[in-house]
Parts: sequence; structure tokens; C-alpha cells
Amino acid sequence: MLDTTRAVEVPEGITLSLPVAGYVSRALAFLVDLIIRFVIFIGLSWIFSIFDRLGDGLLLLSVFLVEWFYPVFFEVFWLGQTPGKKVMGILVVNDDGTPINWSSSIIRNLLRFADFLPAFWAFGLISMMLNRDFKRLGDLAAGTLVIHQREVISPQSNHDAEGLAPKTPLKLDEQSAIIAYSDRIERMTQARADELARYLTPWLQNSQGNQSSALQIVRMARWLKGRREKE
Amino acid sequence: MRQEEFEQRYQSDWQTFEQSIELAKPGWGKAKVSKAQLAEFSSQYRLVCYCLSLARERQYSPYLIQFLENLVFQGHQIFYQKRLGVFRRIYQFILFDFPNQVRQQAKFVWIATAIFYFPGLIVFFLTLVFPELIYAVVDADMVGRIEAMYDPSLDRIGRERQSDTDFMMFGFYIRNNIGIAFQCFAGGILATLGTLFYLLYNGIFFGAIDAHIINIGYQETFYSFVAGHSSYELTGIVLSGAAGLQLGWAVIAPGAYSRKQAIVNAGRKSISLVYGAIFLLLIAAFVEAFWSSTTSIAPNVKYTVGIIGWIVVIAYLTLMGRGRRQ
Repeated sequence: MLDTTRAVEVPEGITLSLPVAGYVSRALAFLVDLIIRFVIFIGLSWIFSIFDRLGDGLLLLSVFLVEWFYPVFFEVFWLGQTPGKKVMGILVVNDDGTPINWSSSIIRNLLRFADFLPAFWAFGLISMMLNRDFKRLGDLAAGTLVIHQREVISPQSNHDAEGLAPKTPLKLDEQSAIIAYSDRIERMTQARADELARYLTPWLQNSQGNQSSALQIVRMARWLKGRREKE
Repeated sequence: MRQEEFEQRYQSDWQTFEQSIELAKPGWGKAKVSKAQLAEFSSQYRLVCYCLSLARERQYSPYLIQFLENLVFQGHQIFYQKRLGVFRRIYQFILFDFPNQVRQQAKFVWIATAIFYFPGLIVFFLTLVFPELIYAVVDADMVGRIEAMYDPSLDRIGRERQSDTDFMMFGFYIRNNIGIAFQCFAGGILATLGTLFYLLYNGIFFGAIDAHIINIGYQETFYSFVAGHSSYELTGIVLSGAAGLQLGWAVIAPGAYSRKQAIVNAGRKSISLVYGAIFLLLIAAFVEAFWSSTTSIAPNVKYTVGIIGWIVVIAYLTLMGRGRRQ
């Protein structure tokens, strides 16, 4: 598989494959957070300017908190997402896929400082390039992983076609290839669907008259899924 | 079993599980979910896991598998979240865990102590003997500012201030000192180099300044200012250094684990020293802002409070929390 996924075995005896997020989405998420933090600073300094010296103290305190703990706060209370990560559809989890806890989040966010060194996140970037899971130094130390949120695509139920038995018995992987094709056909262009179906044309039955190969495969998928007769 | 049959049979279970996930998800302004509503969560979750492994084994369509994987992932996130209970844990940490952790990691604490104080002391004595050495360590501008701060002719000491600035300075100390402690810890991941730099630099800086103040005869204002918070602040810095050294040591010598795992283990262990350092530096910032700067209190009282502070810190770290096993 070319996908950057990481398999994690969970106590229920199955493996979850977590789609690891790369530099670009993470950098963009960081940028969004940076802008939000900047806006927070401006807002706070505007509010605290009313209180004079006391306000200066409050401002310094809150700058400290926002500087170091803004990501921690959101990651812990928002199921691993800062606003920036939410926008980019990524989230932080522990290496074992469990939601991030206080300690891990604090470690990974304190180490941002080391990731920044010697300038402009150089060490963090190098670290991300050197391991499979795009971990920056903070992720390595905290044992965390930044992954993409899964989007669930539900297959459109294609035309209510009658099932069609394949000519010869099919192996499991052949069956799943045919089913996958029929699930995805609605998201392909007609030309692409025909192009793919053409590979199977010689093998398909001709008894179906001039029905297109694509349609025949879809009907076959229906049959494989369990639809034997028109309901 | 064919896929359609399979889907029909379990569809309703999946839907109930989806609803349970929605209920159990933390959210703003959501009423606490009653236990009864989620009593079935674990069995529902196991059922979905079962469905996923069946679907994979039977090579059902990728969409179905993806759908189930997503359900399992969400369930997994909810099922394995940790209880938070922050306040109880902070109390527990201060009374038991922190001093215990310091003793357990005594090796790194002692090494950090040595790296921080030893070169500092050497520079201190050298600067006493050769006063011009101060300009080799601290730039002239800085020396001038520090001299102005502790000039005995001023009625307020420590970073030139008036009485209404105490709170501002509190904010400043927190941001500055705890920030340094965090950097000192984070630098450790670079095979301890960052931590070594911060410990050595700060140790030498303090040593040189200290000697210079004695050379120019400003001891009383200086010591009566730093006495109160020195114990908490210096110990806080040393502990964050110890945490950084431990993290870096896992990079250099991971021992019986893979380097990756060793770093994660070291991070988990050392973070409690960082929490402890935050705790001490908060006290230090408080004392520094509201006590150290007052001039109405006689220097002798301040020295006494300073010494008591050291005794308290040392006693706390060596004796506290011994009764309970972890």
C-alpha cells in the first residue's frame, strides 16, 4: 500500500489503520492556530488595557498561558483537535489510537520549542522526514500521532439492477474487486467506468445482448452481495 | 453470509452504536449523560468490532469496511479515554507523587544540580578574584542595568518598580521563568545539548552577577531581594534541567528498549519533574513579586525567610510522601 497508514492493534483483537497526516495539512493547521492566537492576543491586550498595571500583569499571565497551553487545552478537551486541526480535519491521538491525555499533550507541546530550533522548525521538519509516521520531536517524546479524520463515503445505491451470476466461480479477491468497482462507479466519469470495464469484456457473457460491460459488472456485484432476484 | 444479508442483520445495531457515540462524545453545554443510557456501550462496541473483523475476513466491500472501521475508531476513542479529575490529581501530585518522583530520579537531579551550581561557583570565585571577568560573561549593558536595579540608594529593588507594579511583575516572572524552565526541558531532546546549555549558561550568569554585586558592595539590597525566592526558583530550574537530561539520555543511551520507546518512557517519567518545576516556579514568582521587592522589611528577616525557604524545599523533596507506596 502506498497510503501512509499505521496499523494499531486494539484490545478487541482487531487492527485499526490510522491514516497519518503529513507536513502540509499539519503546517496549515499550525498557521490557522497561529492566526487565532494572534487574534486572542490582540483581544486580550485591548481588554486588559483598561486595568493599567494590573492589566499588564494579567496580560503577561495570559500570554504565557496562550503561548504554551493553547494547544494543550484544546487537544485535551476537544478530542485531540485544536481549531486549526479541526479546520484541516486532522487530530492527535496516542500511538495506540487512544485519545490524548494531559501528560502526552503537555510533552508534545512543550517540545515545540525544540522543534523550532535552530530556526524555523528545522529540527521538527527533519525529524518528520526521518520517520514513517511524520513525527516531530514532540510527537516522538510524547508517543503521539497526528492522523486524518476519517471521512465516511457511503456508496450510492446504484440502479436497482437484477443480479447476474458470474460465468465461472470467482476467488475472494476477484469478488471484492468487482464489488469495489460497483461501489465506486457513481464517483467515476462514464468514460473511466467504461475504460475499466473493457478489461473484463472478453470474459463477460454475451448472452446479455448489447448491455454495456459496466452494467453487467454492476449486476454481478449485486449478485455477489446477495441479490439473486429482482425484489 | 452475503453482504446484503449481513448489512440487514446488523444495521440497527450499528445505528444504536452511532447514537451512543454521539451521546458519549464530550461537547460544550451538553448535559452529563446518565450512566444508564450508556450501560450497553461496551457490548455494543464489542459487537461492532466483531462485525468489522467478520467483514474483513469475508472481504466485504471496502465501503462497508471503512464505515465499520470508522465506527470502531470512534468507539475506541470514547471507550479508552482517561478520567480527568484534575483537582484531585494535582493535590495527589503535590503531596505524594512529586517528591517521590524527585527521589526516584535522584541520579538526574544530582547531575543537573552539579551542572548548574559547580561551574557557577567557579565563575563566582574567579570573578571575586578578577572583577573585570564579569564583562567577559555578561555584556556591559546588562551589567549597568543590574547595577541600577540593586543600587542601595533606591527605595524599591529588583527591576526598578513602583508599588503598583507588583502584579505586573508577577505576570512577568511567570512568563519569563517558567518559559525558561520549559525551554530547558525541551532542549533535552537534542541529546541533552539544549538542557546543558541552559543549565551552564544560567549557572555561570548567576555566579558572575553574584560576585560582581559583592565586588561593588551592593550585597544587602541584592541578597535581601533574592533570598526569599531563591530556593524555589533555583530548585525549579534544576528540576526542569533534570527532566531534560533524562529525556536526552534516552536518546543517547536507550538501554534495553528501542530508542523510540526509550524516549517515550523517559518523556512520561520526566514530565512529572516539569510539573513539579512549574509548581515551584509559581511559588517563586509569587514570592518574588509580592515579598522580595518590599523594602519595609528588615534584611535580616528576609534572610531568615530565605533560609527557611531552603529548609522547606529540601525537607519537602526528601521527606514528603514517603509513607505511601506508589
